[in-house]
Amino acid sequence: MSDDTAGSVTAERGLKGATEALASFDESDAGAIRRLQAFLHQFPTSIPFFVLLLGVVIFSIAAPDKFFAPFNFSLVLQQVTIIAVLGVAQTLIILTAGIDLSVGAIMILCSVVMGRTAVVYGVPVLIAFPLGLLCGLACGVVNGLIVTMLRLPPFIVTLGTWSIFGALNVWYSQSETIRQQDMEAAAPFLQWTGTIFKPYDFFSKTLGLDWTFLKGWVLTYGSLVMLILAFVIWYVLNRTALGRHIYATGDDPDAARLAGINTKRTLIAVYGLAGFICAIAAWVLIGRIGGVSPQAGQTANLDSITAVVIGGTSLFGGRGSIVGTLIGALIVGVFRNGLALSGLELLWQDFAVGVLIIVAVTIDQWIRRISA
Amino acid sequence: MNDTPVLQARGLNKRYGRVVALDNADFDLLPGEILAVIGDNGAGKSTLVKALCGAVIPDSGRIELNGQPVHFRSPIEARVAGIETVYQNLALSPALSIADNMFLGREIRKPGFVGQWLRRLDRSAMQRIAREKLSELGLMTIQNINQAVETLSGGQRQGVAVARAAAFGSRVVIMDEPTAALGVKESRRVLELMLDVKKRGLPIVLISHNMPHVFEVADRIHIHRLGRRLCVIDPKQYTMSDAVAFMTGAKVPPEAALAA
Repeated sequence: MSDDTAGSVTAERGLKGATEALASFDESDAGAIRRLQAFLHQFPTSIPFFVLLLGVVIFSIAAPDKFFAPFNFSLVLQQVTIIAVLGVAQTLIILTAGIDLSVGAIMILCSVVMGRTAVVYGVPVLIAFPLGLLCGLACGVVNGLIVTMLRLPPFIVTLGTWSIFGALNVWYSQSETIRQQDMEAAAPFLQWTGTIFKPYDFFSKTLGLDWTFLKGWVLTYGSLVMLILAFVIWYVLNRTALGRHIYATGDDPDAARLAGINTKRTLIAVYGLAGFICAIAAWVLIGRIGGVSPQAGQTANLDSITAVVIGGTSLFGGRGSIVGTLIGALIVGVFRNGLALSGLELLWQDFAVGVLIIVAVTIDQWIRRISA
Repeated sequence: MNDTPVLQARGLNKRYGRVVALDNADFDLLPGEILAVIGDNGAGKSTLVKALCGAVIPDSGRIELNGQPVHFRSPIEARVAGIETVYQNLALSPALSIADNMFLGREIRKPGFVGQWLRRLDRSAMQRIAREKLSELGLMTIQNINQAVETLSGGQRQGVAVARAAAFGSRVVIMDEPTAALGVKESRRVLELMLDVKKRGLPIVLISHNMPHVFEVADRIHIHRLGRRLCVIDPKQYTMSDAVAFMTGAKVPPEAALAA
């Protein structure tokens, strides 16, 4: 045994010498790039983090008084909340190497179910709200069942269900909007996520703290819901067996199955959970617009995918994080807001977001090549 | 040595449409041995092994583990029964860490409320056990147990897969072409690992095309031909060219080997 170990150690030493000799042929620059690649491989969220930091610095210089203000940051946060919640759902799906084109449709359908059931049909919100959540869960499970049982590509499945959920939305809503004042009268609870929340006042009132750096911040309860949700899903992904199984299933489904993971059950759980999160997004959406509009959130699908991709989650599955997605959503929000405040037209916002997506995927591809 | 087979199969049949992959195949694995399974391409050896580890359900025939009949419907059931398989593609998740991979599908949760209700994983316990298992097999040249598997060399990955099988396999370890993708030094290391596992009393089924490796480590060689067991030979009594001749049908094996 000891002989074996000694032999192997010398063998390892021999190998080490060989690789070092090879590395010395490289330029020192190449070594630095290799090290950067290894660093990014270990901490993939550092890229979106630095992009966000860079964005904040650039726009603080470009539009100093307007951009770098707590009130403006609060506005950005409110603007990105819905996309961030949908992004959390989308992250789960993309981690399994899938994609969900129906998240926006599920969200709108659920907002209609919650709002219309409560306001038009006069059902108590205590029933209407869980009904909406259940609707999201059911939509997600349907996606998951079709993906696993019929073995169709998630892209096709959710392209189909996007259309189906959209049709159901038109059928149930009859294309009628629900006005803010009607909602306020019948189901104020559904608007709670839009309620304004001032952290400074909160801490000074409850704890008597005079935290002046919180002055000027204006959050909504929707943003808090988003943060709590993100924390819960982060916990699931990083601290539970289900989370490990989600990563493994996306990384290499065959390997995961052979290692003893029930990949079908994992996928159905992921799609169901994502649908449920879309229903939470519906609640946040109602709070944001005050009422229910069957036409709201048309771009939500692609925006959620954008946030996930810019946040460093790989479209090929198995790597990525919730923190990355939150930062990704913030990057989009900060760039749009900053470019607008710098006086650029809307088209340049779309241009910048497009560039960010392509750069993000390029970097992801490069990091993945580390083992080659 | 106790001669009751650990794993035994009798009269296994498996058809894929009109192709007969297994034609009344028999199989015996004795305690504490390394049994090599060799055969030409298409002889049905991989179907045989998949039937033994639950990845394929035979159409008919019976399999016994320690004398008890078993009917595996999935690799998970075979694993629960104590049969661990190291697949040719290793069945590791590249982006997950070594510790995560070793405990994939059988994670340990923290005790008490946190584990029961919040389903929190006990990472430190898993890392500790993973480190122990790797050191037992002399694999602690791997420094960081939280390293992603994709940053390891081919031999190190094989080591992780073997360590996982040896750590959790209580009855049988099946290894499918463990040296096929490896260089000379790394192959040697894996062969040493196999002998280590054998020393600890676990019988191994080795599927390989590499005759020198088979003849080096195997106690007996099961030669598969045309969907059934042709014969079982002792590597000390036959040469590699004999084995190849039996395998391809160029030579008829002696009666004694056929009876085995």
